[in-house]
Amino acid sequence: MADATMETTRATPMVVPHQSVFLDKVKELLPEGGNLSMCLTCGLCSSGCPASGLHDMDPRKFLRLCALGQDEEITSTPWVWMCTMCQRCVYACPMAIDIPRLVYEVRASWPRETRPKGILGSCEQALKTEGNSAMGARSEDFQFVAEDILEEVKETQEGWDDLAVSFNRKGATYFLNQNSREPVTEPDEMVPLWKILHTVGADWTYSTVGWAAENYCMFLADDEAWETVVRNKAKAVDDLGCKYWLNTE
Amino acid sequence: MYAVRVGLQKFGIKHNFEIESIIRLYARWIREGKLSVSSDWNKDLGITFTLQDPCQLVRKSFGDPVAEDLRFVAKSVVGEEHLIEMYPNKSNNYCCGGGGGYLQSGYTEERRAYGAIKLKQILDTGADYCIAPCHNCHSQIHDLIHHAGKDIPVVHLWTLICLSMGILGENERGYLEERLAELGL
Ligand code: SF4
Ligand code: SF4
Repeated sequence: MADATMETTRATPMVVPHQSVFLDKVKELLPEGGNLSMCLTCGLCSSGCPASGLHDMDPRKFLRLCALGQDEEITSTPWVWMCTMCQRCVYACPMAIDIPRLVYEVRASWPRETRPKGILGSCEQALKTEGNSAMGARSEDFQFVAEDILEEVKETQEGWDDLAVSFNRKGATYFLNQNSREPVTEPDEMVPLWKILHTVGADWTYSTVGWAAENYCMFLADDEAWETVVRNKAKAVDDLGCKYWLNTE
Repeated sequence: MYAVRVGLQKFGIKHNFEIESIIRLYARWIREGKLSVSSDWNKDLGITFTLQDPCQLVRKSFGDPVAEDLRFVAKSVVGEEHLIEMYPNKSNNYCCGGGGGYLQSGYTEERRAYGAIKLKQILDTGADYCIAPCHNCHSQIHDLIHHAGKDIPVVHLWTLICLSMGILGENERGYLEERLAELGL
C-alpha cells in the first residue's frame, strides 16, 4: 500500500540496491508488508536489542542489508540464531516493523541440515514422540514417573491422600501440558503444581499425546514440522474434549 | 505456549479449546480466595525477590495485564515490600536470552553475551532470589548467575506459592537453596 506512494531518496545510493528475495517474500506474507519498507533508520530497535553487536550485526543493520538486497550477507550470518525473536524491537519501533519475522524467514532459508544441531535434534525428537517431547521422553515413561512420584508423596507426606493425577481423562476442564524437563530430570518439580491444582479443586488431566510444552520446531523455522506438532497437540486437546489447553508458564 | 497460539493462527488449525496460562489462574484463584497464600513467612526474614517477565507470556502473548497478574501473585507470596523490580519491565522487558532456541543452539558464548543486560538488571536490584516463571528463562538466568559466580537462586512461582501455604515438601525444594531449604518443613 505505502510502497507505491512513498518517496524514495534522490541521491545516488552508495550501495547499489538489488531486489531482495527475502524482503519480497516476507512482504507478501504480512499484512501491510510488515511495514518493512517504512524504516526511519532511527535505531530504536538496535539500541534496545541485547543481540546488537554480536557478530557485528544489529536489527537495524540487518533490515537495511535486506532492504538493499544484500541477501548473501543476511543468509549467511549466524546472527539469525542470536536474535531470540523476542519482539522487543517491534515493541520499540515507531513503525512496528517486524524484524523477527524476517529473522524467521532467514532461518528458514538455511538448508535444514546446516541449522544448529541442538535445535534440529530437539525438533526431531518432538516429531518422533507422540507426546512431542523435545527431550525424546516416551509417554509411558512420563506417565510412570508421574504416578511413581504421586505414590511417594502420598506415602511420605501427610494430608495428601486425595491428591490425584489423571491421564487422558475425557471431559476434564484443563488439559495440562508439562515441560519435558520435569519428568525427565526433576520430577519432584511437578508436585507443587499438583498440590495447587488440588487445593483449588481444578478439574485437570495430563495426556499421553501432545503433552510436552516445548516446541523447538518453531525456533528451527521449520513450518512443516511446527504445523505437525501443533496439529497433534490441538487434536489431543479436542479428542479429550477439554475446554482449556493449560500452560504451566 | 506462543508456538501453539501462533501456530494455530498461522496454519489455520480449527480447534475447540482456549489457551490459558497458569499465571492468570494463580492470580484468579488468589483473588477468589481459593488459594490462601500469605507472605507472613517472609515478614521477619525479609528475603528479597526480583521478577522476570517472560517474553513469550507477556510481550508476545497477553501483554501488560498478565504482567500485572504476575506481580499480584509474586507480591501475595513474598510480600510487596520484598519484591524489587527490574527496569524496564513488563511488555518492555529485556529478553534473558533463553528463548529462540538459544540454549540448544550451541552458541554459548553469544548467549551469555546476550544475557549480560539481564544479568546486570538482576544484580542491580540487589535481590536475594530471582523468580522466573518460564523454563527457558529459568535455565538461562540460572546459567548467567552461576557463570558470573553469583549466588542468586532462581525459583519457580509454584515453589513459592506452596512455600507460602506451608505445603512444600522436602523434595520439592531443589531450587530454594540454603536460606529457604528448611522453612516451614
Ligand atoms: S526502530 Fe523501526 S524505524 Fe527505527 S531503525 Fe529500527 S526498524 Fe527502523
Ligand atoms: S527480536 Fe531479535 S532483533 Fe528484535 S530485539 Fe529481540 S533479539 Fe533483538
